[in-house]
Amino acid sequence: MDNTNGKPIVEISGLNFWYGPKQALFDINLAIQPNRTTAFIGPSGCGKSTLLRCLNRMNDLNDEQRIEGTITMHGMNIRHPDVDVIELRKRVGMVFQKSNPFPKSIFDNVAYGLRIQGSKKNHLEERVESSLRRAALWEEVKDRLQESALSLSGGQQQRLCIARTIAVEPDVVLMDEPCSALDPTATAKIEELIQDLKRYYTIIIVTHNMQQATRCSDFTGFFYLGRLVEFDTTNRIFTNPANKQTEDYITGRFG
Amino acid sequence: MPRRVNLAEAIVRRRLRWGEWLVERGVFLVSLSAILMIFLIFVFVGREALPVALGRTNNSRGQKPIATSEIPRIAPDKLAAYLGVTAADMKSFDADTLRQLVELKGQELKEIANPDARLNTTRWSLMVEPYRWHGYDKAEYIWQPVSEVPKFNMVPLIIGSLKATLVALLLSVPLGVGAAIYVSQLAKPALREIVKPTIELLSGIPSVVLGFFALIVMASVLQAAFGYESRLNAFVAGVALGLTVIPIIFTISEDALSSVPKAYTHAALALGASPWKAAWQVVLPAAVPGVFAACVLGFGRAIGETMVVLMASGNASIVSASIFDSCRTLTASIAAELAEVVFGGDHYCILFLLGALLFAVTFATNLAGDVVVHRLKQQLEGKH
Amino acid sequence: MPLRRKQTDWQSLGFTAATGLMTASIVAMVVIILGSLAWNGAAQMSLRFIFGGTKEGMFDAAQAGVFPMIFGTVALVVLMTICVLPVGVITAVYLSEYARSTSAVTRVIRGAINNLAGVPSIVFGLFGLGFFVQFLGGGIDKLFCGGELHYGKPALVWAAATMAVLTLPVVIVATEEALRAVPKGLREASMALGATRLETILKIVLPQALPGVITGAILAVGRGAGEVAPIMFTGAAYYLAHLPSHLSDQFMNLGYHVFVLSTQSPDIERTKPILFGTVLVLLVLTFLLNSAGVIVRSRIRARARQAHG
Repeated sequence: MDNTNGKPIVEISGLNFWYGPKQALFDINLAIQPNRTTAFIGPSGCGKSTLLRCLNRMNDLNDEQRIEGTITMHGMNIRHPDVDVIELRKRVGMVFQKSNPFPKSIFDNVAYGLRIQGSKKNHLEERVESSLRRAALWEEVKDRLQESALSLSGGQQQRLCIARTIAVEPDVVLMDEPCSALDPTATAKIEELIQDLKRYYTIIIVTHNMQQATRCSDFTGFFYLGRLVEFDTTNRIFTNPANKQTEDYITGRFG
Repeated sequence: MPRRVNLAEAIVRRRLRWGEWLVERGVFLVSLSAILMIFLIFVFVGREALPVALGRTNNSRGQKPIATSEIPRIAPDKLAAYLGVTAADMKSFDADTLRQLVELKGQELKEIANPDARLNTTRWSLMVEPYRWHGYDKAEYIWQPVSEVPKFNMVPLIIGSLKATLVALLLSVPLGVGAAIYVSQLAKPALREIVKPTIELLSGIPSVVLGFFALIVMASVLQAAFGYESRLNAFVAGVALGLTVIPIIFTISEDALSSVPKAYTHAALALGASPWKAAWQVVLPAAVPGVFAACVLGFGRAIGETMVVLMASGNASIVSASIFDSCRTLTASIAAELAEVVFGGDHYCILFLLGALLFAVTFATNLAGDVVVHRLKQQLEGKH
Repeated sequence: MPLRRKQTDWQSLGFTAATGLMTASIVAMVVIILGSLAWNGAAQMSLRFIFGGTKEGMFDAAQAGVFPMIFGTVALVVLMTICVLPVGVITAVYLSEYARSTSAVTRVIRGAINNLAGVPSIVFGLFGLGFFVQFLGGGIDKLFCGGELHYGKPALVWAAATMAVLTLPVVIVATEEALRAVPKGLREASMALGATRLETILKIVLPQALPGVITGAILAVGRGAGEVAPIMFTGAAYYLAHLPSHLSDQFMNLGYHVFVLSTQSPDIERTKPILFGTVLVLLVLTFLLNSAGVIVRSRIRARARQAHG
């Protein structure tokens, strides 16, 4: 798909990030389009996950971190002191590399975020069902919602985590290598899901798997050693990259 | 689905979460309780000991007898104090009665044959240096708080504590460290599953039970085996004390030995060393800090142990070099004598002083030992 | 050059045997001690012994009962647990969830906990006497009882408080271990959904760590049931006509009873059976508690290894 001409939902400008004394991100500038999937690719340790975690301020939970630059969502600087981090995280959800369902029932997992928000009980069942449907998990679990989430397979657990994340109706869904711990069948299911979910949410996905980026994403950013080397539509990046480094990476000369 | 509120607007309505903030502060304050407790122990044990520690007490009964001829020259309140009566009583005495009382008091004072009564036996010098008391041939260290002239020399108690602790360490260090070497380096791993629970079992035995066992069973057995005179002495107490301390020395030494990287052992074995040589020449030297810390902590535990020594040491405060003589430790003295002291009196203060001394010693040994153990734990966790 | 036939390494053999012997002798000593105590104590066991009181005769092996001591010991540890669990768990939660490991305050707190663990038990007794009985108790009497002597003397509540201070490190260490065993991913998932740290702790972390908290409580109780020195002057008594019914009452105690009976009874031969019986009851009590705590703790450790490994 070509460039949309909507206003970007997330804009990152001049972002620098340090873990203690070590700088992990250097002058990142990019814009994320709404209702599209954007992929961050690059060799391990190049800062993709770090950048992702800046977007919902999960990095705040680290003891020693320093950040400079601005990240705005819908024009609002998310690092502004008036910003409520808790609210931010309700609107910017995250799915982790290793699925981490709570040791509770399937229903309670999905309902967790809703209960935190204070959703009324009668709404809960509807919302849980619609989230599970959207995460393509409803048919498999509709008869055993009270069973423990840990009884599900790896792929199902990850879809449960996705359902849990979208249950609170975020605007943006961040996915940090969501399929790296899954087998190909489960991976395929989730990739299908991602294609579908961008109708409702803006998705930013970090992935090691270049094929996954070509399959799922509309835009791709290639990162190397903490710098954003190139950012463009997925089509352009993978067929006609402007930067030699990008070309070397996608053709497998390193990585 | 409809967008409720714009993202930017939603997140900018920052909620001041009072409850959360309060809870966080509260949790922090409660966590300071450990520090508070140490501080309070320091303060409240020290507070009772302070009068003696600062030399403000004086239990001398040394009063020069007042001759009846001096009565007119002495102020009435001083006379009242001398006679031990109140001012009101003084007013009720007529001159004759007064003279009689003064004579009687003079006689009474002359009868205190013991010149030591005039001493302030709560002076620091008498508490730590030997003194030739009235009726003794030479200077001695004597702890005899219940007596006509109370003697508060701490040296017999310190020696008693050290004797029992020495015996305990002589028993527990070789056994504890030896067993730790065997279990962690030489034996089959399956053996660990038998020995470790056994040692935990040992550490779970209350010290009063070990003291009881020492008193009733061990004392007779040991006396029959070694043929010494006193049934309860530093040796018996030391052996029982050693049993209390073995779990600490074993556990920490074993942790220290296990945290030495296996690579060292494998390298030594690959070079042709036997398991024992590898353990003795490679692993043990690397684990020395931990083993040393184990001994220091064991020492702290032994010096501070009360029930075992109270029941098995004989509680005789004598200064002697032989471990087969009865002894009296600092801890046992406090436990044995606190029940009978006058609240606030000199003896009471001195017992608290002994407690403060114990606290200081164990504080220091634990600080030293824990610094090393902490470093060890970091190594262990970092490795795994 | 052909390899030489293996020669016996006498030195190695000798030292291995020596350390093996050391290990065996420790195990043997434990077996002997426990065995003889169990053997001698079993003879005295009977329902009457366990449930009977001391009204008929404390020195008569045929009539003595240890129920008041069991009751007193249980009352003591229950009260102690009520005091120590909240403080210990909250401190562990702070250290594990809120504190920054590098901050100076955190290190001082940990140092204080380690030191508390090493304080001699008699010093706790002195502290209990000086602080709880005289300062707090005396203060309460002055402020609320018009100077009458209610709390300014050895009492169940002060002994329990003293024991709570003594067992605080045990609870903190066990709880912290359990909290650390909860995988970090769960906390992250919760916070990424917009939960506050407190909500995460209350809804996810603490429920997962509950077995560890229980372990800490059990181990503390196991320790508290056997200590004598801290309660000698803060509340334990040798003979009481009634069971304690108020916090300000004194109480009888298994360990204290063993101590007094061993060292102050007029006819040690007569009281020996009673002593062995009491000791056995005390041992069984502490061992049941300690084993329960150890079993729960090893299950937690196994689960932690699964989750993190």
